[in-house]
Amino acid sequence: MIEDRTINGRIFALVNYLLLTIIAIITVLPFLHVVAGSFTTSAELAVKRFILIPTEWSLDAYRFIFSTNTIFRAMGVSVGVTLIGTIFSMLITSLMAYGLARRDLDGRKYIMFLVVFTMLFSGGLIPSFLVVKELGLIDKYAALILPSTISAFNLIILKNFFQNIPEGLEESAKIDGSSDFGILFRIVLPLSMPAIATLSLFYAVTYWNTYLSAILYLNDSAKWPIQVLLRQIVVLASGLDTSPDLDASVPPPEQTLKMAVIVVATLPILCVYPFLQKHFAKGAMLGSIKG
Amino acid sequence: MREAAIENIKVPAKRPSSERKRRIWRNKWLYAMIAPGVLYFIIFKYIPMFGLVIAFQDFKPFFGFTGSEWVGFKHFVRLFTEPDFLNILSNTLILFAMNLIFYFPVPIILALMLNEVRINFFKRLFQSLVYLPHFLSWVIIVSISFVMLTMDGGIINELLVFFGFEKVNFLLSNEWFRPVYIIQVIWREAGWGTIIYLAAIASIDPQLYEAARMDGASRLRQVWHITLPAIRSVIIVLLILKIGDVLELGFEHVYLLLNAMNRDVAEIIDTYVYTAGVRQGQFSYSTAIGFFKSLVGLILVMFANYLAKKMGEEGVY
Repeated sequence: MIEDRTINGRIFALVNYLLLTIIAIITVLPFLHVVAGSFTTSAELAVKRFILIPTEWSLDAYRFIFSTNTIFRAMGVSVGVTLIGTIFSMLITSLMAYGLARRDLDGRKYIMFLVVFTMLFSGGLIPSFLVVKELGLIDKYAALILPSTISAFNLIILKNFFQNIPEGLEESAKIDGSSDFGILFRIVLPLSMPAIATLSLFYAVTYWNTYLSAILYLNDSAKWPIQVLLRQIVVLASGLDTSPDLDASVPPPEQTLKMAVIVVATLPILCVYPFLQKHFAKGAMLGSIKG
Repeated sequence: MREAAIENIKVPAKRPSSERKRRIWRNKWLYAMIAPGVLYFIIFKYIPMFGLVIAFQDFKPFFGFTGSEWVGFKHFVRLFTEPDFLNILSNTLILFAMNLIFYFPVPIILALMLNEVRINFFKRLFQSLVYLPHFLSWVIIVSISFVMLTMDGGIINELLVFFGFEKVNFLLSNEWFRPVYIIQVIWREAGWGTIIYLAAIASIDPQLYEAARMDGASRLRQVWHITLPAIRSVIIVLLILKIGDVLELGFEHVYLLLNAMNRDVAEIIDTYVYTAGVRQGQFSYSTAIGFFKSLVGLILVMFANYLAKKMGEEGVY
């Protein structure tokens, strides 16, 4: 009886490991294929039908995309928006989260309700678009940042985190004559570095991945961030006609070229991924605590 | 300093309102701190909510929210009489149903499988690999799919030819839009979706498993009788949230897949609002559609929450 069970148990475990391995491989394979494809010639890609390892390596695609300044410019826009956006968002979010975390703040319950309500109901795309337009933000980089300054979700996570800091620390600082700003920047924030790091990374990923705001608010193609450009390049070559902004006179880019652009647009995320990974489980857990 | 000292002495206030006023004055810097955030919510969240009034107007940008002519429910009537809209609504609902049926169970199953893994290194490696797609934008996910699925040189079609099949036009056909959509959803989100279930599973008392093992329960039986009941409430909470998102299928994702060849099945409420509103300038009509969508979402999440509470669960709020 006991023998039989262990054999069953072993088979069960083996099948489980096998399935999970297959799932992991399927998840990553497309990325690896694209990376491999970006390092070869178009001819090679078309003829050899390889999945992972090309027989002929080439940097042509990268040489080409870095010979034009379009990619550089788009990457520059994305990097700038991500850096400024993340700092700005973290500043505004921490300030508000700290205020709301203080139990002696009158009206915090009402403000929290108003924040949570925006997670359930929204004015929708068009009224938001009109507001941004009225503010004169069309074709301004600020349009990629201001309308998404605070994520209600991140705000609640941070507020909960601040609330778990022992109040005694703040009290003693107050007795020593610290102002509220002093307490936040000298005591609360340094104690909250794990949460700050996690949320900064979340914001940074969101800003890097910005697509909707860019197509809504930026008409000038010279201002496009990398996500919009990437889409144009890939769609252009697929002969699809959804976008009226396409310039039909340019020949469709080669498959390898598209792969190289995908790799370039993905690289920054891959660079921060190890840091993200260190923190995100914690961040996601914090979020599951009700606000 | 002196102010603070005075407040620390608990003098019974003459009128509670004056005490509150003093407290508010003392916290003036705290209010200054939350002001930019509050301003953000007012400008970018609440003004657009009041902007929904344009659904009841014939909005002209020149006259603004206040100056445009009121037309009552005209746009809503048009909405429900337009044959186009019924098609779009059903496309939206079908994608939602596919999300529930094909995507929702996947993270649960993955989490249960992962929970059986005893080798920590394997577990961590697996998590690192399957969480990754979540952090990539839809543009990247869709672009990778494009270069792999395209008819001219995409690896999937090349392999189909190699094995003697016909090429399939995955990207430009009605039949393949939904499968491609849902596979991309699973690819991007299923791994990340396991996190919350794994946390719930981790908080289960190990003694339960020990007792079950003593009674001779196999691993599958342990999953069925211990793990699943233990994460039931997490599953229900996530289900409620999912239902609240019924019409929130991800504008970016669908918009990126949308083209003239699959518009019949791929046009959903969000993409239609974008096209009709931003592209064609039918601000009022598209706002009415968006309003309808937000309202349905709100009602559904409240309804699902109510049901969950009836069933003895905690609900979301």
